Amino acid sequence: MEDTLLIDAVERFVNGEMSPQEKIYFEDLRKNNSELDQAVVEQLFFFNELNNYGGTKSFKHVLNEVESNLAAEGFIKKTPATGKAKVIQLWNKYKRITAVAASIAGLVSIFIASVVSTVNNKGNNGDLKLLVDNVRGQGDSIRDIATKLDSLAAKGSSTRPIVTIPAKEKIAAKFRATGFMIDAANSYIVTNAHVINEAKHRLIVENNKGEQFTAIPVYINKEGNNDLAILKIIDKDFKKLPSLPYSIRKKNAELGEQVFMLGFPKQEIVYGEGFVSAKNGYKMDTIYCQLNTTANEGSSGSPVVNKSGELIGIITSTETDADGVVFAIKSANIYRAVDEVKKLKDFSDIKISSSGGSLRGLPRETQIKKMEDYVFMIKGN
Amino acid sequence: MNTLEQEKILLKGLATEDRTSIERIYRDHFNMVKSLIVNNNGTADDAADIFQEAMIVLFEKAKLEHFELNCQLKTFIYSICRRLWLKKLQHLNRFSTQSESLEETVPVEEEIESHEKKQNDFNLMEMAMSKIGEPCKSLLEAYYIQKKHMQEIAADFGYTNADNAKTQKYKCLVRLKKLFFAQYKNID
Repeated sequence: MEDTLLIDAVERFVNGEMSPQEKIYFEDLRKNNSELDQAVVEQLFFFNELNNYGGTKSFKHVLNEVESNLAAEGFIKKTPATGKAKVIQLWNKYKRITAVAASIAGLVSIFIASVVSTVNNKGNNGDLKLLVDNVRGQGDSIRDIATKLDSLAAKGSSTRPIVTIPAKEKIAAKFRATGFMIDAANSYIVTNAHVINEAKHRLIVENNKGEQFTAIPVYINKEGNNDLAILKIIDKDFKKLPSLPYSIRKKNAELGEQVFMLGFPKQEIVYGEGFVSAKNGYKMDTIYCQLNTTANEGSSGSPVVNKSGELIGIITSTETDADGVVFAIKSANIYRAVDEVKKLKDFSDIKISSSGGSLRGLPRETQIKKMEDYVFMIKGN
Repeated sequence: MNTLEQEKILLKGLATEDRTSIERIYRDHFNMVKSLIVNNNGTADDAADIFQEAMIVLFEKAKLEHFELNCQLKTFIYSICRRLWLKKLQHLNRFSTQSESLEETVPVEEEIESHEKKQNDFNLMEMAMSKIGEPCKSLLEAYYIQKKHMQEIAADFGYTNADNAKTQKYKCLVRLKKLFFAQYKNID
């Protein structure tokens, strides 16, 4: 308790909040009591340190923001790839050996696979389950009521038509999943290909405020190897968002890295936490990494972000008979998908960045607040 | 207005975390630093990191009361970045065939040394902050970094009044101090 009294006194002393008499008394006390003086000096030093810390921290934050703005503009480009030449050299040098090694490895794996498949009587152990929620009406009936209420309100207050924006006809969705912005300037969203394949007729995205916008699929991975799809919001009512708060990582996630995700397993946005538990996915699929967390129907397409605000993956599936095993597509695959999109004439404006981001060093609540506008519910029928 | 005066204004802006000034400095000098680093075994990412660090050095200096830059801003930034980068290369054991610097440089040993000390203190404080846990961390950050008023903090954190919040803040501060000095003394 004495300690807090002392801190209080020193703090008021530093900030000049002491009355003149109190100040004289305090300084007298310091002169006569060397122990107190020592404590005051220490406290002063500590306040100074704390102040420096605060100053540098807030400056760093401003710096990061300026940098990410400049990066969004293209002034600062963070490119990888020095030393690529070396890799090519090595490749040329060891091509033949690699080929021999690969074919041996191939033979061995075929052999092992056949042994395993004969030994294993093809039980249905460990299946993958995709996380699209095929809406059974429940969530939407609430939405219907809400829509009706909206229209009632509109009728009731016909004198003030501004109250409800002439409600766009809300569609009866057959499925629900998640997607998130990767290019705020041009409103491109990424999600899972298996999500988009559910949309036979119409596709919309809905933000956390319940506003719906029309989107079109720009790219759907057809080879089926990475399950990514890219959409573009084409709705004229959609207001462009400021630059992305997260950056998109090119490198793989580290084992044990703490991550969090935002998604729509229900009608509102849901936060989840976990960690990277393996570098590869189901049956060693290198497109994916494995997370330890929970995910439900509707989580497909959720962004997975580490604590410094780098996007490291996209939630795709869970293993049906293992608890807490969730697979996410590694973020590097987004770059590949974006390269494909760039080749399309109408969508060559797409641009994403591995730098910037304004989430670093912020408390989690603030990170979520900054991020939630960039995560969308993907719906369709 | 000559460049010297313009740079003075820029540095004043920097000291008050003014975004336009920071952006101006980026636009004027980043490319120079980038070519320095990319030509010396570095990547564009390294360049961005080094430039940020140099900005912090500059910020620390600009905040000082009797601060005067006795060379061009460009020269100063170049010298700092060069020094920082050479240090980093040494650290990574990536020795470069040290290219002769094309730009003029000034000695910056003192600045680098003081910056390293500050950086070290910063890391210690950050570590101490990460160890005290919630709600202490947010409480202290709200008061000492975001400089919010005690009343506002009391409302945000759900304390019945400012005095309660204050008592809690002092308790947190005592803990933070202990954590900080425990490590601080270890290192000395």
